[in-house]
Amino acid sequence: MSGAAFPGGGAAGRDGGRLRIPAQREQRNAPDDLPVDRAPHRSAPSGGVPASWERHVEVPGGEGPEEGSAAPHGQEAAEERPVPEKTSKGGCRNASGRPPRYEHATLKSLLGAWALTACAPEEAQAVEAHLPECHQCSEEARRLRGAVGLLHQEDSLDLDPLLRARVLEGCLGRRPARVPVPDWAGAYDAETARLDALLRDLGDGYWSAPVRLQWFDGAPVAQQFTVGRVIAHLTAVDGLVGRALGLPSTSRGLGGPLDAEDGRGAPARMYRSRVPGDEELPLDPWERTTADWEARGHLPGATLRSMWRDQSHQLVQTVAFAGQGVADLGVDYGYFELPFRDAFLDRAFECWVHAADIAEAVDYPYGPPAPGHLHGLVDLAARMLPAALARRRRAGLTTSAARLVAAGTPGRSLRLEIEGDGGGEWYLPLDSPGASASPEKAVAHVAMDSLEFCQLAAGHVEPERAAAGQVGDRAVIRDVLFATASLSRM
Amino acid sequence: MATPAPPRWERKLQQRLARGEEAALGELYDRYASLVHSLAFRVMDDDDAADHVTREVFGYIWENPDAYEPRDGSLRSWIAALTQRQAVHRLRQYEDGDRTDPEVVEARVREANTAARADFIVTSMPAPLRAALELAYRERLDYRAAAAGLGVSEDEARRRLRLGLQLLSTAADPVDGLPEPEEQHGGRGSAR
Repeated sequence: MSGAAFPGGGAAGRDGGRLRIPAQREQRNAPDDLPVDRAPHRSAPSGGVPASWERHVEVPGGEGPEEGSAAPHGQEAAEERPVPEKTSKGGCRNASGRPPRYEHATLKSLLGAWALTACAPEEAQAVEAHLPECHQCSEEARRLRGAVGLLHQEDSLDLDPLLRARVLEGCLGRRPARVPVPDWAGAYDAETARLDALLRDLGDGYWSAPVRLQWFDGAPVAQQFTVGRVIAHLTAVDGLVGRALGLPSTSRGLGGPLDAEDGRGAPARMYRSRVPGDEELPLDPWERTTADWEARGHLPGATLRSMWRDQSHQLVQTVAFAGQGVADLGVDYGYFELPFRDAFLDRAFECWVHAADIAEAVDYPYGPPAPGHLHGLVDLAARMLPAALARRRRAGLTTSAARLVAAGTPGRSLRLEIEGDGGGEWYLPLDSPGASASPEKAVAHVAMDSLEFCQLAAGHVEPERAAAGQVGDRAVIRDVLFATASLSRM
Repeated sequence: MATPAPPRWERKLQQRLARGEEAALGELYDRYASLVHSLAFRVMDDDDAADHVTREVFGYIWENPDAYEPRDGSLRSWIAALTQRQAVHRLRQYEDGDRTDPEVVEARVREANTAARADFIVTSMPAPLRAALELAYRERLDYRAAAAGLGVSEDEARRRLRLGLQLLSTAADPVDGLPEPEEQHGGRGSAR
């Protein structure tokens, strides 16, 4: 996925302060006999040489196994001790063009940082100039560089996101689950896993990266947030589902994971004390998000991520135990309600949309959900359309002629044909959400690609610009496209 | 990079797997899939083969949740060893089928052993060393920024990076006292 974007030369590819997370595969087989004198090094973060740049470093006692054998170099170091002329304007080289001189002990202490390309360029030059002269250091340098190659372990960053479904399916074929995840929660389970993998790949350097969110609120709206805030937003709204399942809110009684050493794996309940007054957070998704930002906007991104992830795991686990029994019970979103089966689809949809927003902001590839899951999301939007259309009609926002028909009786319909992965065909009742819709009464036909339809439903595409094949009553089609966009929220 | 899960989390997860919770299987995958896949890829040098080993390893754990014994080490190193065995087993099968040069196979097996030892070393090294390596390697901070992040002196950051790498470099030497995760005991491991 991201492999091709990574410049092969290690840390040399910094752009704008942060490096795109590399897929490490190119480096995977880096030979450990890499010519040490051609090692890439990174520049100091500030560009120049820090004022406090130390050249006099005490020989650290007992620090390395071969410290004792350093006598000849110790001699050398002693001779050098009246440390070099204060060259560094810009810190690079002195007048003779030679790198500044360092004591042997200092150079040796730098070997680890050097091997990781984690020292300033001047220091790296000094180390590299020293290596051919010092057998002991060059031996250690070679060893440590080799060790860096062993750090590549878990960096299967471009793991195929669809592998998860295949592996899990294979497992369940060998031993059926006694507590299965309901099929309507499958998309949420998969999409949260995909977003989590994206966040893991990004690492902790991106929490403040700007992310542009778009939605449609009568007219297109775009606002800029950060990766951290988007994750907190997902947590806040996912919390509505948790609340309906009787889970305590993640937004109260925060302390962060107790296991300070590992912010990721700590079970959610460690920082969820059951605090009375959970209900204080507003239900309306926008207000809830804002309240949430106020409550924990100060938390580090890694904590926000682990709270979001722990909650999403908890939701899937809980709903698996609750089973089909809760499928049709309602989740209160403040100004509307969705049954659990749809709320999980809604949350999967939003997770995907915002994950794609984040990925776009950091220029990272991010594909659509698996076709089966995508179909569930398209279907949810199609099923929500008649009510959205009725809402807009009541608000006087429609232009097509209104005809009232009683619920259950046949009325006019629109044939919605969604092409591509996850597609299908729906007949939408136009006159009342409760009216029955049939092919015979179809007055219009809209054909769209499934991803375009999702973009429209996410408010990322303006209704009048959506690429849609249209036949029939133009006013009806316009109203339906606007109603689709009106499904979007922040 | 390797970050061990709290033992409590691992025990709980094992219980949930034993109960047959599909959600626990998902969490297991989310936490360890990239470890399993990358270790398998190291041995197999082939994406499809690594996918296959990944399916087998998770299938084995799901079918045998009680096979893991927490007293013997972390779930993570157990999974790493399991993956190692399974991948080497597969590779040898290919070899038997005359698909691969035996010397290439042995070289890969050695490399994979080294990788497994390295993984073990990283997960069991003192947390301050691991944290320093994490910042310098994964977060790509230079040692001054890493020192600031860790709240230690620059000297100390350099010392930790060097010491961490020194520990890690021992993975390349087959020495006694470190677990040899494969082939010692027949190698045709329990995952099949």
